[in-house]
Amino acid sequence: MVSLLDIIGPVMVGPSSSHTAGACRLGLIARDLVAGTPERALIELHGSFARTGEGHGTDKAIVGGLLGFRPDDERLRDALQIMEREGLDFRFEKTTLGDEPAVHPNTVRITVHRAHRHHVMLGASLGAGRIRVSEIDGYPVEVDGSHHTIVMVAEDIKGSIARIAGLLSEADLNIATLRLSRKHRGGDAFMVIEVDERPTDAVGAALKALPWVRWTHRIEKVGG
Amino acid sequence: MYHSLREAIADAEGRGISLATAALDIESRDQGRPVAEIREALRRALHVMRGAVEQGLTGDRRSNSGLVGGDAAKLRTGPAGPLAGTVFREVLMRAIAVQEVNAAMGIIVAAPTAGGAGVLPGVLLGLAAKHDLSEDAMVDALATAGLIGAVVAQRASLSGAEGGCQAETGAAAGMAAGAATQLLGGTPAQVGHAVALAQQGTLGLVCDPLGGLVELPCVFRNATGAAIALAAVEMAMAGITFAIPADEVIDTMGEIGREMDVRYRETAGGGLAATPTGRRLAKERLTQIKRA
Ligand code: SF4
Repeated sequence: MVSLLDIIGPVMVGPSSSHTAGACRLGLIARDLVAGTPERALIELHGSFARTGEGHGTDKAIVGGLLGFRPDDERLRDALQIMEREGLDFRFEKTTLGDEPAVHPNTVRITVHRAHRHHVMLGASLGAGRIRVSEIDGYPVEVDGSHHTIVMVAEDIKGSIARIAGLLSEADLNIATLRLSRKHRGGDAFMVIEVDERPTDAVGAALKALPWVRWTHRIEKVGG
Repeated sequence: MYHSLREAIADAEGRGISLATAALDIESRDQGRPVAEIREALRRALHVMRGAVEQGLTGDRRSNSGLVGGDAAKLRTGPAGPLAGTVFREVLMRAIAVQEVNAAMGIIVAAPTAGGAGVLPGVLLGLAAKHDLSEDAMVDALATAGLIGAVVAQRASLSGAEGGCQAETGAAAGMAAGAATQLLGGTPAQVGHAVALAQQGTLGLVCDPLGGLVELPCVFRNATGAAIALAAVEMAMAGITFAIPADEVIDTMGEIGREMDVRYRETAGGGLAATPTGRRLAKERLTQIKRA
């Protein structure tokens, strides 16, 4: 559904909603995977991100996102200097991740390390500030950052959805959408659950503790 | 949100309300948010627009590549042309100012996109420089601009990569023309004609930024987009009607966009970007950014 405020907005640091605002959101999501500013990061730019990224400030925007700056934060402009001052080891590489249309021209792969955690995500900036994260740690997901989102991989067992829904409702979380996919019966099921409020650490821990959940992440809303 | 301006205009006329009120009612219902909250968000957008204009007019913002910057200030203090002292010049300098700030990684409102962000504040704040317009009326104008943009988004596109510059600065010109017509007391029907008149003048406009950067011609596309919007407002307020309804002009823009070669859709493969000078400047500036 188109909203007036998507048209008159967002308020953002220029110059490009796809190359700057969207790129910043992708950085914010990568940051969220390690729950804070990563100490080390590898940022692999593909396609148009690699070709015109520097002119559009895509590098600054992604680094800004990793530092926790939002798309309307003027510190984005100085993100590279701030990164150096803080002694953070963020490296950029240009790469080819595949052909269009399978791989969107504004795609980036970000690998982040913080303390004992490390994760890798693949995401694209689709235009007008909208983004899509398509892979986390090799698992296919689909996250657009417009909601707080829980992603998980679980064994495909009966009653798993009901158990998860129950757990979320006990925590007073309202489910906006729930998408489930599995490759074959009895195989791993991928779940993407969008919720209206930010799930607490306790909710995250409770989900992780379910014996049939292999992997799960909470991703904060970064726009929309 | 309304899918057509025809529907929105009929609704506003039938209920004896402005397009802004009609749009705010529907937005409130769609999003489950009170109208006051949406107006507040639009008011914040208006403040950001004012801030960007102010910064841009000082003339000391340069883009990353150095290709653009300082031209808004020339219109503010430079020698007079035939439009000196008119609203027209006020509009031009503000449209350029916002886009210069955008290119310099300053704060703007993407309306509808970052690339076309100069047109709407250019027209609305340029008018406000010469007319006494209340803050509430300005917020209403933004609501109507949002309605027009939402119709374009649903029927055609707002992305240069999808539909060329007619979808960015062209759509922004339609939004600004409609919003300004309402701001000056035009009826909903006149708003519709202003949108059609502005949008018809930008049909076929390609997206051809040098080096793929939102700088050149973008800064000046915003100025000429604002000029087209202003011309459309003048015509619509004088009672001129455009025979093809705005919705159909917008559909035409969408159709042309879909047919447009990929070279003319933000890839820097054609148009001004592919001229000998365009290529040379892009190459020089991109290497300069890398060194910086
Ligand atoms: S030329 Fe392209 S990038 Fe520049 S304003 Fe127009 S649509 Fe945007």
